[in-house]
Amino acid sequence: MYDKEKGLIDAYRRGSMSRRSLLRALGALGMTTATASVLVNAAATRALAADFDWKKHSGTGIKLLLNKHPYTDAMIANLDNFKEMSGMEVAYDVFPEDVYFDKVTAALSSRSSEYDAFMTGAYMTWTYGPAGWIEDLNEWISDDSKTNPNYNWEDMLPGVRASCAWNGKPGAPLGTDGAKQWCIPWGYEQNNLTYNTAMMSKAGVDVPQNLEELVEAAAAVQAGNDGIYGIGVRGSRSWATIHPGFLSGYANFGQKDLNLSDDGKLSAAMNTDVSRDFHNHWVKMIQESGAADWSTHTWYQVGTDLGAGKSAMIYDADILGYFMNGGGNAMEGELAFAPFAANPAETLPTPNIWIWSLAMSSFSKNKDAAWTFLQWASGPEHGLFGAAEMDFVNPVRQSVWDDAGFRERLASSYPGYVEMHDLSAPGASIKFTPQPLFFDLTTDWAAMLQKMVAKEVPVDEGLDQLADNVNKQLKDAGLG
Amino acid sequence: MTVAADPLPVKRRMRVSRKALPYLLSLPALLVCIGILIPFFTAVWYSLQRYRLSQPWNRGMNWGENYIDFLTDPSFWNTLKVSLLYAGLTVTFQLILGLAIALLLQKRTRLNNLISIMLLMPLMTAPALAALMFKLMTNPNFGILSYFAQSIGFTDFRWGASPDTALFTVILVDIWVYTPFIMILLLAGLRSLPTQPFEAAALDGVPRFQQFWRITLPMLTPHILTASLFRLLESIQQFDIIYAMTQGGPGDTLMVFQVEAYLNFFQSTNVGRSAALLIILWAITFFLSNIFIKNWLRLRERARGGV
Repeated sequence: MYDKEKGLIDAYRRGSMSRRSLLRALGALGMTTATASVLVNAAATRALAADFDWKKHSGTGIKLLLNKHPYTDAMIANLDNFKEMSGMEVAYDVFPEDVYFDKVTAALSSRSSEYDAFMTGAYMTWTYGPAGWIEDLNEWISDDSKTNPNYNWEDMLPGVRASCAWNGKPGAPLGTDGAKQWCIPWGYEQNNLTYNTAMMSKAGVDVPQNLEELVEAAAAVQAGNDGIYGIGVRGSRSWATIHPGFLSGYANFGQKDLNLSDDGKLSAAMNTDVSRDFHNHWVKMIQESGAADWSTHTWYQVGTDLGAGKSAMIYDADILGYFMNGGGNAMEGELAFAPFAANPAETLPTPNIWIWSLAMSSFSKNKDAAWTFLQWASGPEHGLFGAAEMDFVNPVRQSVWDDAGFRERLASSYPGYVEMHDLSAPGASIKFTPQPLFFDLTTDWAAMLQKMVAKEVPVDEGLDQLADNVNKQLKDAGLG
Repeated sequence: MTVAADPLPVKRRMRVSRKALPYLLSLPALLVCIGILIPFFTAVWYSLQRYRLSQPWNRGMNWGENYIDFLTDPSFWNTLKVSLLYAGLTVTFQLILGLAIALLLQKRTRLNNLISIMLLMPLMTAPALAALMFKLMTNPNFGILSYFAQSIGFTDFRWGASPDTALFTVILVDIWVYTPFIMILLLAGLRSLPTQPFEAAALDGVPRFQQFWRITLPMLTPHILTASLFRLLESIQQFDIIYAMTQGGPGDTLMVFQVEAYLNFFQSTNVGRSAALLIILWAITFFLSNIFIKNWLRLRERARGGV
């Protein structure tokens, strides 16, 4: 390598130059972006290797179970650097999300040692952790002999990090002292509005500021544009319908899914007056301005309809809006982002979050090697590479959010995204009550929502039925 | 000096081998049987337990409690109702359609043979894939079936997304996939019927419609029963079409046994309840099979001239 290039890369490593500026400078020296990126990553990998014995498990191999996702693509794109640095072999299976979690459950419940580590969500660890299927990663994080000194665990966004830790006691808050770190955050999603600017201005509709305005705006934008529907939200008979926009808005009204009594018993909390009012608005919004096939909509249909110009707004994961605003979608560059507080009495959003995380199987026969991989994949270098070069958003590390190049890239291609993130991040956390019946109760909630939207049951009656059902299940499981 | 071999032990060995031969021949069947029985009895064992994977500390025998809970659980009765309705309707429509197509193709011509081969194609499609195809075709934005529905005046027909039309939609997919199965069995049956009764009826001037009711249908009944049995057993265990289309929704509209058991295991990790549901499904299947097989045997005997 020439001296000038070396000097630039050293300046980047010392932190006196942003990644973007470095790539620009290397470009000016005649180097293509792809070559420059490879060199920068290789340099970062060499720097990483200088402070820690990454070769400790050289010659061994691990196998990963992964979901098909841009985070996975970013990791695979950078994997050769890890393999070169560690001398480890890394095999992986990638499954589409429709079947992914069933595959994980099958692998773990059968106590298979095939996979050493896998992708998961924080909610899933409320099942996997108490069942004894995954490891408490505190043991590795706190062990200096096993963890790179530059791993910088404290760099993880505190709310996100805490959301992956639970003491296993049903109803106990996440991230308390003594909580087990069931997984390492990898990337996360807040739930806010993404809207089509052209459709909104054609209909003369302003960006809604609360739920009541959202219901009206969705109807107005639908009426003002031909062949579209007003608002995309998830509706399939699944827990995944509850956790994005729905729970984010619900929580903004100070509502909870469950109550915890002094004697540690859980009970349903979704049939309060405020909750009834919220549900009435939500149901009305879908009936008037939702997709005709709303009850089959997963995140995929919500996103693709927005990207294809079939819907005017979504109240869903911010990264879904991010992906739809690029990638050659019909509405590329037409979308904008807005933080959303559903409650008119609140000024700031309180989004429920989904965290794609990495966990270690308790049945792995090569746990230390698996940790070597996990700390690399969740480390600051890979985080920055993924965020700057790939679509590894939203990053879970503060250092990545502080990176000027990353912020500049978002600001130029995704106007309003960084502001939306920064505004809603302080109120972002998991709003569910951690307990092992999470999937049962949220799936029942989604099924009841479907019945309400289909007018099979009135909202008030439906919520009472749901609460009775939830209480029965909690009692049967010894939790209520 | 040579010693002549004693013929007695050889004979004894042969006798022993001959005695063991039937057991040896049935050994593979026995092994297969064990391979079936072990999972079956494991499921029975699990169904008698309070067994949730996420609460291993709570695991224990609760004997018949999972089953007793079903008696007072409205969702179980809904599952039973939906499963029986789905199975009954799909088999009925497939029989009517399959028989009609088989009658149209009964005559052996080159064109009929070609059509019958082409009609078998849906049967070669994986049911989950067929469900996804229909999901696309019924998409309100670009689905061709939605387009047709709109063009004949059904402007708000929501297919699998509405509780009013979801059952119709999945039955439509099932009919598309499995009618060829009934058709091919009945076509084989029709073509194997003896020709003399039909020739005699024609000579006597019996109308075609009467021939169908009085001769064709009674003679075809064993074939109809066989086809119905196969389809009924499969329909009542339906999973892939419904799961791929709506996951049992909207609400609980399509919550059949297999989908309910699957969700109980994979989503709720409730092994005990999931196993109990599957054992009940097995009992229903066993009961229906017995009725069909008894009737089939009775009809076969009658066809052979028995009482």
